[in-house]
Amino acid sequence: MNIFTEIPTNGGNWKTKYGDVWKKQVELVKAKFGAAIEEVRMPGEYPTDVPTIIVKKAQIAELLSFLKTDGECAYNFLADITATDEQAEPRFEVVYNLCALSSSARIRVKCRVAEGEEVPTATTVWKGADWAEREVYDMYGIRFHAHPNMRRILMDYRWEGYPLRKDYPLDGYQLFPDSEPPDPERLK
Amino acid sequence: MSELYREADPSQPNDRYMVTPDPDDLWEDSRVIINLGPTHPAMHGALRMVAKINGENIEKSYCEFGYTHRAKEKLGEQRTYHQFVVFTDRLNYCSALINNVTYSMSVEKLMGIQPPERAVWIRMACCELARITDHLICVGIGAVDIGAFSYFLYGFHQREEAYTLIEKLCGARLTTSYTRIGGLMYDAPEGWETELKAWVKKTRAVVAEMDVLLTNNRIFVDRTRGIGPADKEMCLEYSLSGPIARAAGIDRDLRRDQPYMYYDQLKFDVATGTEGDVYERYLVRMEEIRQSLNLLDQIADRIKPGPIWVDDKRVRIPSKVDVYNSMEAMIHHFKFFMRGFEVPAGEAYTTTEASNGELGFYIVSKGATMSHRMRIRGPSFWHYQALSDMSEGQKIADMVATLGSINIIAGELDR
Repeated sequence: MNIFTEIPTNGGNWKTKYGDVWKKQVELVKAKFGAAIEEVRMPGEYPTDVPTIIVKKAQIAELLSFLKTDGECAYNFLADITATDEQAEPRFEVVYNLCALSSSARIRVKCRVAEGEEVPTATTVWKGADWAEREVYDMYGIRFHAHPNMRRILMDYRWEGYPLRKDYPLDGYQLFPDSEPPDPERLK
Repeated sequence: MSELYREADPSQPNDRYMVTPDPDDLWEDSRVIINLGPTHPAMHGALRMVAKINGENIEKSYCEFGYTHRAKEKLGEQRTYHQFVVFTDRLNYCSALINNVTYSMSVEKLMGIQPPERAVWIRMACCELARITDHLICVGIGAVDIGAFSYFLYGFHQREEAYTLIEKLCGARLTTSYTRIGGLMYDAPEGWETELKAWVKKTRAVVAEMDVLLTNNRIFVDRTRGIGPADKEMCLEYSLSGPIARAAGIDRDLRRDQPYMYYDQLKFDVATGTEGDVYERYLVRMEEIRQSLNLLDQIADRIKPGPIWVDDKRVRIPSKVDVYNSMEAMIHHFKFFMRGFEVPAGEAYTTTEASNGELGFYIVSKGATMSHRMRIRGPSFWHYQALSDMSEGQKIADMVATLGSINIIAGELDR
């Protein structure tokens, strides 16, 4: 019993409901992006609930924009942006969870990033990607290229280290006497 | 230009906040940067907004948060799946049960566990109860923010009664920790369904009373119409979901569109609006309370006797009788709590319709007893981001009304 077991009360019908749609969309993406697509993981073959498209990081914004605007895909709702520390080479994976409001289908897009590398921002596709990308930067230290406001979001602006990296310790604290003063530059 | 005007002096610490004036703008001098929060009484939780105001109008603003950041996502990688249940209570603490249920469902998806029917029905009752308590507090506090105090007490009484019902299930009122992977910790006491139905009946009357009190109240309507608007495009740009998106006219409810549990067997309507202002968010929330009450009535009829925990040795805690009387159960108990259970490798993003919108858990498992990544997608995080845009050009007091209507819960925002 694992993720391949279909649970009726918890999205058990997804594979029958969206299986063909997903296949068609993946074909479309493959035809459009070709060599930029590193890997596609389909549910049923890989332990994942929805298809996962792994793309080269240079094409990530392009792919997200395609998935959002293409009539066949229409993944117009950005559900989440996050990252994982894979402790391998390249070190990080940035994960985008998308949802199509019209059909309620979901899909996942990933790109692999090495330490110190920048990822093109998704704020050009969805304005709301702003804070989620800032959180990824705050927690993993992955910078987003051309992001309007690449600064920490949850942690203090003086914080050292990136808390969600696997080598970050659980103990210890950093104390700051005050919070960040209002910044007139951000109010222009 | 005012005679009091002088050039900003960089050596003076307070001059940093002075806005360089435009000599042609008559009102330029009156622009001030103010700081609301993090402990401003009108702020819900420790939030902060820095706004440039012209008189009473907000011209531009930015929001900050993170004051209650407890690193739940990091803890999710350091605690076993069983231990993490308690942390989910402290996300949206106004509807802790929905968080419990969503978290359990996300681990069950990875493990391929189907919880027994009775457990699922009770979970649905929990979700709807939590949704009602959350909405009652949201519309109540939203009204307090704009000066209608007694209204809040009507809802608050019913909310306390709902907490008594929840207390009967799990012994706690706020931090419930009620669900377990594969089922529930305790069974509902005998006659709980009847009490639930009695509560539903009473709450329906109270909601009708609240409706009379506020919905057509001239002061309230004037105060909330056209305030803090978020239209369809803005909802999609900022990934707004739940009542905010529905008030803007996006007809989307995961309970209907992406059916989970047994929602497809029940009848309910999805309330939508057109304008997406504070008033319509209030109306959508009130309608959702009524729909949830109808749902509770239907659910109470469908809760049938049966097991509440799946008979799966991996996730079920052995009963105390067995633990004290058999060696194997004792070892099982010890292993369960000291080591935890392993979740097969895989990744899943599980979402439910929480009271504020799409609540999701993205869990990556590498086959260990702790997750590799425990991402929590709280709706408040995305909603708070849109506050600056919603309140641009509005008055400070309107920003407070908007903040009340989008129901930011700091626990879910900061995680």
